[in-house]
Amino acid sequence: MNALRSTVKELLGSGAIDVFVGYEKGTRLPRPLLAASADEADKLIFDETCTGNLAVYLTRKDLVGGKKAGVAASWYAMRSICRLLDENQLQEGAVKVFGLTPEGDLKPFDTLADLKQHVQETPPPPKPVEDEWVREIDAMPAAERWKFWTGELSKCFKCYACRAACPMCYCTKCIVEVNRPQWLQPWAATMSNVEWQLNRVMHMAGRCADCGACGAACPLGLPVHIIAHKMAKLVAQSFGEPTDKGSVLSTFNPNDEENFIL
Amino acid sequence: MEQKYIPKSSLKAWLAKVKDGGKQIYAPVTEGGKTSFRRVKSVDDISMEHVQTAQSAKGVAFPRTEKLFSYAMQPGGVALQDYDSANIPHTVVFGLHPCDAAAFKPLSGIFGWDTGDKPFGERMQRVTLVSLSCSKCDELCFCTSVDGSPGSAVGSDILLTAVGSEGYLVEIVTDRGRALTEPHAALFEAAPDVNKEELLAHVPVRFSVGAVERSLAGAFESDVWKQQSARCLGCGACAFVCPACACFDIQENPKGSASGDRIRCWDSCGFSLFTLHTSGHNPRSVQSQRWRQRLLHKFSYMPRRLSVRGCTGCGRCSRACPVDMNLWEHLSELENLKN
Repeated sequence: MNALRSTVKELLGSGAIDVFVGYEKGTRLPRPLLAASADEADKLIFDETCTGNLAVYLTRKDLVGGKKAGVAASWYAMRSICRLLDENQLQEGAVKVFGLTPEGDLKPFDTLADLKQHVQETPPPPKPVEDEWVREIDAMPAAERWKFWTGELSKCFKCYACRAACPMCYCTKCIVEVNRPQWLQPWAATMSNVEWQLNRVMHMAGRCADCGACGAACPLGLPVHIIAHKMAKLVAQSFGEPTDKGSVLSTFNPNDEENFIL
Repeated sequence: MEQKYIPKSSLKAWLAKVKDGGKQIYAPVTEGGKTSFRRVKSVDDISMEHVQTAQSAKGVAFPRTEKLFSYAMQPGGVALQDYDSANIPHTVVFGLHPCDAAAFKPLSGIFGWDTGDKPFGERMQRVTLVSLSCSKCDELCFCTSVDGSPGSAVGSDILLTAVGSEGYLVEIVTDRGRALTEPHAALFEAAPDVNKEELLAHVPVRFSVGAVERSLAGAFESDVWKQQSARCLGCGACAFVCPACACFDIQENPKGSASGDRIRCWDSCGFSLFTLHTSGHNPRSVQSQRWRQRLLHKFSYMPRRLSVRGCTGCGRCSRACPVDMNLWEHLSELENLKN
């Protein structure tokens, strides 16, 4: 903890960064803290309980636009940062990433190339709970699966916490807010909620870091991250693991299988 | 206020009779570890053990999505079908806590201001609130900081308070409450001699709301809004779970080009789109301005214009927030603000 605080103070003091996106103690779980002064840096914490994906703040122009930011990153946040770089949403030199070693020590990444290499070489932290959800839902007959998802999504009231918490949802105008033409019904109702989640997840195809922030953010506890988790698996299975050469829906490969077309 | 007692064994019998009498029961139901208000099929489904439901009971009078009217183009004009109140069910909201019952006052303040809102008014006329005092709370509750109490009867038609594990003290607050108990008088007994205060949860007072409101009077340009809102993600979770938030959007649901419905649905001042003008200008272009609006609306504008505060201390916003925007903590900070 002290290593992090002194490092951040040093970086802030030298002007190497303007703000550090980290965690502080929260009411129940650690919560985000954007530290821009030594006083604030003294509140920083970083350990295995810090799981929220802070990459979501790195595209917020009102907070970090034109600034150099440091960020405390979980493995999944690192993957988000790599994808944001690939999509030209972050600039090399504007973000300094810190992770944790398995022993819990601070691990700075000197360059984003180092970060990418680390993400590629380190297997993702396992997701046994999510994998079990997918297994159970896949095992359902189609009618039962439909009943399950319409039942869950009927409860959604469209607060868009799933969207707000997602680092890859950085559009300034979301598809659900476009009204000429109106692609999606913006009010909460079972079918319009299903449409919204399908759209959200389709836009994530091959881009989603599978961090689970969408599901963790849902105030009603709806398992929307399971749709993203399934999507990530399907994309990897059908098109291979995402690369930095564009996502599956923004690229075309004549060798792509077309077995997903019904 | 009239007081009675109902044994636990008679409570469900009473509710079942109320239900059989033609009223719907809207009450907390626990399913998959989550407790939410819904129209219950059987009174046996009702949960009374939770601290707080994820959502408030406001949907009974202000549904998340509601048809306001329908239209159909006709030769020479448009046929309008006005809001239809005929199908609104008479509903007993059961098991809501005093913070939720109290929140119907700010909602009524907003929907009753100037021209009364017909859908809200029609629904409220058909609602009876049977509340349950809190015998437990959590670290995010702060009703006692905003003039409420875990045993307050304000806003309720009937208030129940658990006396041990065998029954409830019944306080009959309004005529509407009396109309629900009198036909079933045989199920009720004489009120026991108990000190109600001793039956309630202890909810610590977190701040002086008077000091907060005085502080807010000069805080519009303060840096505190930027500091507090830095981590806010700009979703609508806080507003949607809030029992007193009343912002809505109006949408069109066209059915082809010749007819359709006009729809009202929940909206939030935390959304970037909320104040976006057609010109492209947004008077609240960043989250700090939207956070300021949220707090000033509840603790400054509403008290001044409607004589009612827009917060009853239920703590739902803090529980729902993905980034722990703990409301009483933020308000405590404002109490000590040096303008």
